Amino acid sequence: MNGLLNALISRLGIAVLIAGVALGLAAPAPAIEIVITEGRDSPTRIAVVPFGGPPLRDRLGPVAPLEVADIIAFDLMRSGQFDALPTENMISYPATPEEVYFRDWRLLGMDYVVIGNNVVRDDDRVAITYHLFDANNDREIETTTWFAAPEQLRDVAHWIADEVYERITGVRGAFATKILYVLVRNPGTSSAVYQLIVADADGERERVLFESPEPLLSPSWAPDGRRVAYVSFETGRSTIVVQEVESGVRTRVAAYPGINGAPVFSPDGRKLAMSLSRDGNPEIYVKDLVTEELERITRRRNAIDTEPSWGEDGKSLIFTSDRGGRPQIYIKDLDTGLADRLTFEGDYNARAHLLPGGRHLVYVHRYNGVYHIAWQDLERDVVHRLTETSLDESPTLAPNGTMAMYATQQNGRGILAVVSVDSRVRYNLSSAVGDVREPAWSPFLATDAQLLISRAQRAP
Amino acid sequence: MRRAFHALGLAILAGVVIAGCQSTKPETAEAAVVVEAPKRAQPPATTRIDPPTRVGPDNEPLNPSDGTPLGRTFYFEFDRSRIAEADLRVLAMHADFLRDFRNRSVVIEGHCDERGTREYNLALGERRAQAVLQFLTSSGVRPSQVEMVSFGEERPEDAGHDERAWAKNRRAVLVYR
Repeated sequence: MNGLLNALISRLGIAVLIAGVALGLAAPAPAIEIVITEGRDSPTRIAVVPFGGPPLRDRLGPVAPLEVADIIAFDLMRSGQFDALPTENMISYPATPEEVYFRDWRLLGMDYVVIGNNVVRDDDRVAITYHLFDANNDREIETTTWFAAPEQLRDVAHWIADEVYERITGVRGAFATKILYVLVRNPGTSSAVYQLIVADADGERERVLFESPEPLLSPSWAPDGRRVAYVSFETGRSTIVVQEVESGVRTRVAAYPGINGAPVFSPDGRKLAMSLSRDGNPEIYVKDLVTEELERITRRRNAIDTEPSWGEDGKSLIFTSDRGGRPQIYIKDLDTGLADRLTFEGDYNARAHLLPGGRHLVYVHRYNGVYHIAWQDLERDVVHRLTETSLDESPTLAPNGTMAMYATQQNGRGILAVVSVDSRVRYNLSSAVGDVREPAWSPFLATDAQLLISRAQRAP
Repeated sequence: MRRAFHALGLAILAGVVIAGCQSTKPETAEAAVVVEAPKRAQPPATTRIDPPTRVGPDNEPLNPSDGTPLGRTFYFEFDRSRIAEADLRVLAMHADFLRDFRNRSVVIEGHCDERGTREYNLALGERRAQAVLQFLTSSGVRPSQVEMVSFGEERPEDAGHDERAWAKNRRAVLVYR
């Protein structure tokens, strides 16, 4: 764990909390604060050597990251499954495979080594080659060359982290993903401004998608990552808007009398499930975005049915309902129309998502009057609380199902936090201004295949 | 267009309901007449000749017995949408006002404290607004005079994060137009 701490400080200058104890380390303007709890398994030890080539920022300006290797190492460490060697503990800085001496890395206890090299061309485009080595078996197991403009270097770094993660864990990496969230500036005042923001999953490269003096909430992604849906009060009441991420083109898809809330795209991207109270009380509906046909899914007079979320195959919806008196999670089979209650522990369970595979559920759970994020194994009926803070809400899952991001409060301010679904790792993404809330983790996003120059893999 | 039609349907339905349910009450004849020939241009001055309620300088309803503005915010228990008994008297005066001034309308806002999920709170806020709406309409206010909007936990009265702030935020607010 100490290695991890040192690595984080030396690489990024961020404040680190370990096992819940604040170490209060001086750090220049910490952007991200990390809390890592003790884990059961020992993390995989990896060295990500600073890439060879010219200092990128000197050559390309602030649009380029300081060091591609730092982004890769930070991604891997945030997963909690890796412990990256601090740069100053390395005894050599190989930039080519010929310079890698496996014995040295084994002596440092490394299981894997990543090296790389940047070549900046006259047109400022950069060729990035990286190599992943298995230090215990003295061999290279993957190498890729990417070709990127300066503003794409962060993407390439996350793609490399995804490749390394997948090669070693067997699970697809989710570092090259994005998040949506709502930032409220001047919250609780008459000059409050609500901003819908898209950013990289590590909080970098924020961009405002929409801004309004009226509340925004419940953003969610289309499965292709090109459209988002959210609730906007811009007309003075709730409406559901679909917006294209690149062009910014907005379409109002629901503005019925009453509540228009909780929009979520179907897995095929064609439909939007939502909660509407147009018929008197909140019910789940599905709107076909092509035909504009609206189908009512639930029929429970006097009950609140809201927060729909799709099963992976698009044939079922889970949702929050107080039809039994208190809010609980239900699942409805869209073919048979049969509904089943999924949660039984506690008197407040809401806003659930199924993990990939459909066997596990993550949701907001009230325990002794405090709101936590909970994880439930549906087959063995086991419930774990993943978070220890209060007022935790809006859980959203990384597309590989390993991490959940959620909204919580710190010193009376809304912030985003991330916890691994095995609850081993936790970190906060804190913002310098305002209240941050309502995160939505993107699906897997396609890599830009045009940027891939070459790839070679060997069996591990 | 569809929305206008929907509102008209509600108004007609309401007229029928009022005529049907309150046939023994003296207002019935008046209500029936208005449904047939709504006279929106009627000057409010004529209604004020013998006012059972009075209007303040900003056109807001006043308590007829002492002339003070009627309370327009009604607070709720945690996770509940039942109107407090003490508020029923004030709401009844709002209903009187809206019955006497058929050209006035009110938006009922429903609000929650920050605990719980935002979407569930939107629904809970609507339930609170609905409780007020049902009280008003069952007191003879026309459905066309009342409208609901739930803001859930999005518009707190008190931006704090403790029991005191939460108690202020669980509310329904009447906004006259």
